[in-house]
Amino acid sequence: MNATTLPLPVATAALGTADDRVRLFSRLGWTAIGIAVVLIAVVVPLMALVAPDGSALHLSSYALTLVGKILCYAICAVALDLVWGYCGILSLGHGLFFALGGYAIGMYLMRAIGHDGVYKSDLPDFMVFLDWKAYPWYWAFTDHFWYCALLVVLVPGVLAFVFGYFAFRSRIKGVYLSIITQALTYAAMLLFFRNDTGFGGNNGFTDFKRILGFDIYAQGTRVALFVLSGLTLVGVLILCRYLVTSKLGRVVTAIRDAESRVMFCGYDPKAFKLFVWTLSAVICGIAGALYVPQVGIINPSEMAPQNSIEMVIWVATGGRGTLFGPVIGAFVVNLAKSVFTMIAPEYWLFFLGAIFVGVTLFLPQGIVGLFRRRRGGGAA
Amino acid sequence: MSRPPQPPEAPLDWAPGLPRDSGVAGATSGGLDARGGVIEGARVAPEGIDTSHTVILYLEGVTVSFDGFKALNDLSLALDDGELRCVIGPNGAGKTTMMDVITGKTRPDSGKVFLGQTIDLTKHDEPSIATMGIGRKFQKPTVFEKHTVWENLELALKNDKRWWQSINSKLKSWQQDRIASVLSTIGLAGETRRLAGLLSHGQKQRLEIGMLLAQDPRVLLLDEPVAGMTDEETAELAGLLATLRGKHTIMVVEHDMDFIADISEKVTVLHEGHVLAEGTLDEVKANETVVEVYLGR
Repeated sequence: MNATTLPLPVATAALGTADDRVRLFSRLGWTAIGIAVVLIAVVVPLMALVAPDGSALHLSSYALTLVGKILCYAICAVALDLVWGYCGILSLGHGLFFALGGYAIGMYLMRAIGHDGVYKSDLPDFMVFLDWKAYPWYWAFTDHFWYCALLVVLVPGVLAFVFGYFAFRSRIKGVYLSIITQALTYAAMLLFFRNDTGFGGNNGFTDFKRILGFDIYAQGTRVALFVLSGLTLVGVLILCRYLVTSKLGRVVTAIRDAESRVMFCGYDPKAFKLFVWTLSAVICGIAGALYVPQVGIINPSEMAPQNSIEMVIWVATGGRGTLFGPVIGAFVVNLAKSVFTMIAPEYWLFFLGAIFVGVTLFLPQGIVGLFRRRRGGGAA
Repeated sequence: MSRPPQPPEAPLDWAPGLPRDSGVAGATSGGLDARGGVIEGARVAPEGIDTSHTVILYLEGVTVSFDGFKALNDLSLALDDGELRCVIGPNGAGKTTMMDVITGKTRPDSGKVFLGQTIDLTKHDEPSIATMGIGRKFQKPTVFEKHTVWENLELALKNDKRWWQSINSKLKSWQQDRIASVLSTIGLAGETRRLAGLLSHGQKQRLEIGMLLAQDPRVLLLDEPVAGMTDEETAELAGLLATLRGKHTIMVVEHDMDFIADISEKVTVLHEGHVLAEGTLDEVKANETVVEVYLGR
């Protein structure tokens, strides 16, 4: 309790405690990332492009697109985990940011159709159908890929920033914030359903022909989009892991657990929340932009509340607050969904509900939590 | 109790218990100025706290009402730099509201709240008031339960607390020494790696006080620090406060009269949102109005 008893060696021994958490990934984590990169960037392209059609090793374009799509979902799941698992902000509207990213790249893809549409017009088919004579002002420059790529980041980013600024400044949290995010995506969906919004109404954008001059349905293009999605996922994982192991991550987690104490420690929680919230939205936007060229369509149903809720279920199933978990969750739930939609589509929503209830009751820490328990509670 | 102004190059008087020669030299070169100073570029106006008239915290005519109920009614109170003040009063006397007003959580309807001579606290929010040097302990111990003891102190440590600064923030060795010294002050040096959520109630209370100390505040506000503590833990806390006396201005809101008798110099009695009496514990106990509303029952 006083000067003479202070053991300074204890001070130096304590240094280790600070370093424990600074490690980016464990050796196991790096190995998993290495394997994932090899699979994504080497094995899958070889299987899709080199392995002859009909051989057991050949990856069909269906399978390629399915997995590529799930990779995009996994990116969203990681982004959602960043705000929900680490900052305690349960967003039920992340589908909006995903869809906005998709619409932003969709504008470019529509322009890239050129005169190959049904009406052979300068304008996209839906504008011809509405008897519009010229592009609305907000379609300006969308024939440039890089401008649209910028929109992919800016539109979700600015919307999330403005929304977050007012929500966090008004200290809206918990269920209230969740409901508002849900309302936001629902309102956006209604807006995009309208034909005169200028984004194709309920049909959205489809019938894409090419991206950056490449045929969008060619196997090579699909592989390229797949590899890009996979590497983006790996990059997002590393970025998020870097953030949550930094001091910023510890502050953000502290905000989740005891926001008032964070304030009385001299941190401004608004700024921290706004940062992770906006980053998360931008990541979702990028995922949407990778998704749309692969599935070939974007329409307002992507903004349906159900889609955003599904994202939450991926995170919960995989294990929130783990970053790796949501990736696993996105794969498990979506592969199950693919199987179900083939054999019994009408039961899918029941099954989804059952997953959510089951996970909540029996796997509060998700699939990752299950493995941790098996390993005797050690942190993975 | 006034503190002689220190020259800017004077080392900080870190927590009691830290030998002057360990880490403190690093502290002065680490961008901190004399007491009450702030880290360069931090979010606070760098003028510091002006205590030239000995008063460090000053409330005058503060009124706060919630739906017509006056939680604080024309409250005036002044704390001298370095004093230890106990505030007592029956439930609903406005003790917690007073702390809310001082720390920026609640805006007063009218009245003045000043830190030193120059800083108008009603114009600042909680984080900036905390950074200026007012630390607050809640009634219910509030620590970051999913963080280790060490990390709790790391987060509380006086530092640049803007978000972009925290992305690449690494503790310097004098900051680690600082945490170690706080750990030994609060008697948790053996628990650095434990999750704070696993600590006992008394340990959490001490950790929370340690977090306040790590912020190096000029003023400590303690809301019922011994609530729910065992006698032994209470005695430990009294000992801890004794070592802090004079190094920080401390305001303790408490119900436990034995504890107050143990530590108090000057006692303020609040009742219905204003000051009923002020003086030593014996003087206050002898005051008939006080006996009537509070002590006598």
